[in-house]
Amino acid sequence: MTAQAFFFYFAAALAVVSALGMVLNFRNTVAAAMSLVVTMIGLAIVYVVLEAHLVAALQIMVYAGAIVVVFLFVVMLLNLRSDTFHPARQRLLKAAGALLALGLTAAFLSLMPTALPTVQELPEGFGGYRAVGLALFTRFLLAFEVSSLLLLAAMVGAVVLAKRRID
Amino acid sequence: MEELLPAILKTLFIIAIAVGAFAPIITWVERKQSAVMQDRIGANRADIAGITLLGLLHPLADVLKLLTKEDVVPRGANRFLHMAAPLIAAIPVIASFAVIPYGGLYEFGETTIHLVVADLDWGILYIFAIASIATYGTVISGWASNNNWSLLGSLRASAQMISYEVTMGLSIVGLFMAFQTLRLTDMAVAQDASFRLLGFLEHFGWIQTLPGWLSWIQLPNWGLFLQPLGFVMFLTCVMAENKRPPFDLPEAESELVAGYFTEYSGMRFGLFYMSEFIEVVVIAALTTALFLGGWAIPFLPQETLIGAVSPVFGTGVATGLCMVLHVLTFFLKVIVMIWLQMQIRWTLPRPRYDQVMDLCWKIMLPLSLANIVVTALVILLITGGTS
Repeated sequence: MTAQAFFFYFAAALAVVSALGMVLNFRNTVAAAMSLVVTMIGLAIVYVVLEAHLVAALQIMVYAGAIVVVFLFVVMLLNLRSDTFHPARQRLLKAAGALLALGLTAAFLSLMPTALPTVQELPEGFGGYRAVGLALFTRFLLAFEVSSLLLLAAMVGAVVLAKRRID
Repeated sequence: MEELLPAILKTLFIIAIAVGAFAPIITWVERKQSAVMQDRIGANRADIAGITLLGLLHPLADVLKLLTKEDVVPRGANRFLHMAAPLIAAIPVIASFAVIPYGGLYEFGETTIHLVVADLDWGILYIFAIASIATYGTVISGWASNNNWSLLGSLRASAQMISYEVTMGLSIVGLFMAFQTLRLTDMAVAQDASFRLLGFLEHFGWIQTLPGWLSWIQLPNWGLFLQPLGFVMFLTCVMAENKRPPFDLPEAESELVAGYFTEYSGMRFGLFYMSEFIEVVVIAALTTALFLGGWAIPFLPQETLIGAVSPVFGTGVATGLCMVLHVLTFFLKVIVMIWLQMQIRWTLPRPRYDQVMDLCWKIMLPLSLANIVVTALVILLITGGTS
């Protein structure tokens, strides 16, 4: 087994196990959030194996480092207890979740044989910050600017909502 | 295996120096410096057979004391997370050393020695990613302790660290633009040069040739001189990330007992304590690599030094001498940066929490964005938009 294959299987197992940990830890929200962080780290390792170094760094910086910390912040402030989740509501949610998971697995398996691309030689500097930056500011400039506008709108919306509650 | 052995040796070297030598001595420096500044004598009691070595044995006594203390887990605490939190806080800090170059690239005939553990193309992003993981150590320790003081401390810590991470990243974008790279080793090589302070007059054709003595005014090509505002902001942000005074709101003794590590004892407390001091070394090493020229000796580039010594002693000795001098220069600069941090820590009082957050979002964030725009404009003017 090559080093790449080893790291892939290691990271994939880590991501799957910690993702299960997140779902099964529904009684302890903080432990679930920490499992989510481990999932993010596992995914980041997979990105590194795929030579997508910038995405790996951003995965950890943005998702593991910032977004889940905000989750934790909210969880700690609300101090959710296990009785917050009513069992009757959970049964419906569980059924819906199982159906969704089944549907997604079926879609994934049906797409898998055709969707996988053939192995290609990677161009020089693939996945580095230079290649991604160039692509963002030339080919995908419009999408980039539109998404920044979208984020600005979300930010303004959040400020308006928060301010209304304070007033 | 042949690639693995040098990497392991380099890792052991940097960890032995940073964690084994610097961190314990800094705990002594901290006590002695606070004593000097407060007109006391400071640590001088720990002794072996009457020999005190100016109090240098105190770190040893600390470790012995912490190792033999009881490791208390409070009732109602989440046992696993409570035990794991100090490790989550300490490991990322030590892992940051992987990409910091403490020397350049040296060629001894066939073999080359590159004095950095991992020469990543996205080196500085690696450090940011690792630093953002360290937040969890603080946040989880406060929550898992089942103590209100701890929880308040970790709430403060999470907000403070996320806020300053944003400005930390933005404050050195100007530096990336100036050096055109994110690779820390390339930055150090770029800083191993100097520029003429008034050279821009010649560049824009305002003066044909500078008169002799004006042309001699030179500065090293360091980040500090190219991005002075970036340096001040970056240092402020990383010091806020480290949560030492004046940014010690998450552990403010007068308000929160000891903040997020109130409920920790023994070596688990020791890990928090040590990781804070190791982070002081990381900050010093990082600012040295980014802003103070890394291993570069000012006005004495590597080729000049090797070229001057090799006719006398031969190329091998000259390269070896150059390597030793560069490593010594690097650690000298690290010591200067540690001194600066200690000076700040014992000089400034702690601001209020809202003042700390205002400093980040209302002053430093706009300033760092302005810094990026101005740097981009200057680079555009100098290169004419061709590079």
